[in-house]
Amino acid sequence: MADQTLDAKGLNCPLPILRAKKALQSLKPGSTLEVLATDPGAVKDFEAFCRTTGHELVESSTEGKIYRFILRRKA
Amino acid sequence: MVAATIEPVPAPEPKAKSMSIIVTKGTLDWAYPPFILSTTAAAMGLDVTMFFTFYGLPLLLKNLDLHLSPLGNPAMKMPLGGMHMGMPNFASVIPGIDAAATTMMKNMMKKKGVASIQDLRSLAIESGVRMIACQMTMDLFEYSLKDMIEGPELGGAATYIEVATQSDINLFI
Repeated sequence: MADQTLDAKGLNCPLPILRAKKALQSLKPGSTLEVLATDPGAVKDFEAFCRTTGHELVESSTEGKIYRFILRRKA
Repeated sequence: MVAATIEPVPAPEPKAKSMSIIVTKGTLDWAYPPFILSTTAAAMGLDVTMFFTFYGLPLLLKNLDLHLSPLGNPAMKMPLGGMHMGMPNFASVIPGIDAAATTMMKNMMKKKGVASIQDLRSLAIESGVRMIACQMTMDLFEYSLKDMIEGPELGGAATYIEVATQSDINLFI
């Protein structure tokens, strides 16, 4: 279970990333954020976002048309 | 002989990467790339500066009134019933065609969950993107800072060049 869930379904680039960044800021270091999205571009974008920022991409999965990401805020 | 104690110097914080964008276009479609890239870069921890000049300058106005025209843009094709339809240049002289294309684009963006320029601009300001309004363009087109959103500072070519020399990424859009 993630500490917080962000529903970014229906949003297009770059909104899922921008909203996720905002949500991560409100979390304690080490906490996890679940992001649900429908933008297929988000898969590559969350990988790049995490590589650049140092947050950890714990999980990236697909259920039907929903993309699910778990991010852990960097310490 | 004097023995000096040498204090260990703490390693400096690694400097954040940085990006600058020269924004020169102010139509509805061309307003997107600079604001999408600046907000995303800021979200990824970069220090971002946007320099608004010529037709990009009105993107700083409080009242945004963005339009687009298919004129001279054969690459602009709108999805229509599973196909894509371009608009011949002469159609743009028909009154109302540009307005119709603008409405169509805005509706499409809303439907596809694309952020509005107003929203992206607010997000850019919120995330600390530095905005510079070109002084020369302000004079040329008789704009006043009073008509602009709060936040932009005035500057010229040298102000931008100084930023560019210190930035990892410099874009012209």
